[in-house]
Amino acid sequence: MDTIQLAFREALAMIGQLDPQLVEIVLLSLRVSLTAVVLATLVGLPLGAAIAVAHFPGRKTLIVVLNALMGLPPVVVGLVVYLMLSRAGPLGALGILFTPAAMIIAQAILITPIIAALARQAVEDAWREYQEQLHSLGAWPVQSALTLLWDTKFSLVTTVLAGFGRAAAEVGAVIIVGGNIDGVTRVMTTAIALETSKGDLPLALGLGIILVTIVLTLNAAAYLMKEAAQRRYG
Amino acid sequence: MRAPASLLPLTLEHVCFEAGGRRIIDDVSLVIDGGSRTVILGPNGAGKSVLLRLCHGLLAPTAGRIEWNARERTSGPRKQAMVFQRPVMLRRSALANVAYGMKVAGVGATERGARARAALERVGLTHLAGRPARVLSGGEQQRLALARAWALNPEVLFLDEPTASLDPGATHEIEAAIAAIHAGGTKIVMVTHNLGQARRLADEVLFMHNGRIAERAHADRFFAGPATPEAAAFLKGELLW
Repeated sequence: MDTIQLAFREALAMIGQLDPQLVEIVLLSLRVSLTAVVLATLVGLPLGAAIAVAHFPGRKTLIVVLNALMGLPPVVVGLVVYLMLSRAGPLGALGILFTPAAMIIAQAILITPIIAALARQAVEDAWREYQEQLHSLGAWPVQSALTLLWDTKFSLVTTVLAGFGRAAAEVGAVIIVGGNIDGVTRVMTTAIALETSKGDLPLALGLGIILVTIVLTLNAAAYLMKEAAQRRYG
Repeated sequence: MRAPASLLPLTLEHVCFEAGGRRIIDDVSLVIDGGSRTVILGPNGAGKSVLLRLCHGLLAPTAGRIEWNARERTSGPRKQAMVFQRPVMLRRSALANVAYGMKVAGVGATERGARARAALERVGLTHLAGRPARVLSGGEQQRLALARAWALNPEVLFLDEPTASLDPGATHEIEAAIAAIHAGGTKIVMVTHNLGQARRLADEVLFMHNGRIAERAHADRFFAGPATPEAAAFLKGELLW
């Protein structure tokens, strides 16, 4: 009991003093996960909207696959990206294994299906309501998709944040392709895993508290924004 | 310079529409000309709304041909518009909803604002221009839908029971707007099962029953003495089976 209390107190002290080691890890985490989210959003939102609006053979299969990919195990993504980027792999020449770039790629691959699948659902629900009206006005498919993305933007913020939460919280992919190198590729989750096994509980706990706080704050903000928008725009 | 060819007349030849193994429109042949207000009457399930959607191009016939006098695309700028029973409003202001329709129709950005405001004024919604469209009342939303269609200056306006879920006051406002749109030279094709409304607005009645056009007549003649027993029963308020 005492050790836990002590660790908690020390963790809060580290956060309060902005411990440089802790800050470095947090900043790298944010850089990696936010970049991955931006990339995944650029691919996922148009992809989700296109699947929602378009008719093509194999659409239902694609939706099932996409939904299944939401549960992609991070370690498997890490393994595949590792194989691609390792020296013998097809992209080995890039030489980015064990760098933040590799971690960004792995996380982007992990969360693109999440963003695409959730966006597909949100856009398709709106499409069901708008379809006849947009057809009647003569909107082209791309125009319809853009209109739907714009009109569902508050739901899509939640979608993107779900992707961010998943990226920031996963450990399996970044530890494989990043290697958890101190000062280079050590992010919050890998640091927590390492420090816990080393017995350095204050740092692990401090990082854990920050991680949970970030995810909670973002999701609370998104929820409140969506509520306000729903009240305002109906 | 030649004036652009008129959309009308609209010709339907042996049009059928089937869905889920049921024949909803059964061999309808029909020519709709410009000018008058055509009201499609009939009991629920007669196929009125489906016929309207076929004419407007929202549905494709499973057999037969539907042809406009001038070629009309189903994407890009259109010379016909439709107002639905339940207005579909985008999540933006009333003014922006009207402007959106014109944007799709390829109207320039500077012209859109002025035309949208003029359309809102004609339906008496100027004071609500900045309000989010989806929080307006049902009657206001339907007037907004009319303004959105009106701003496009369509040659033909289809209306699918536009007042079915509105109170008498809102219904009166919608009917006044429809009359004004018609006075501006727009052909009106409207579905209703409200007999009072049909009497007030119709120049010509198309009476549908079981997916067919059972009777077509001038409104005065139709209401004075329908030629078919189905129409007579409908006018008397009997249930049709």
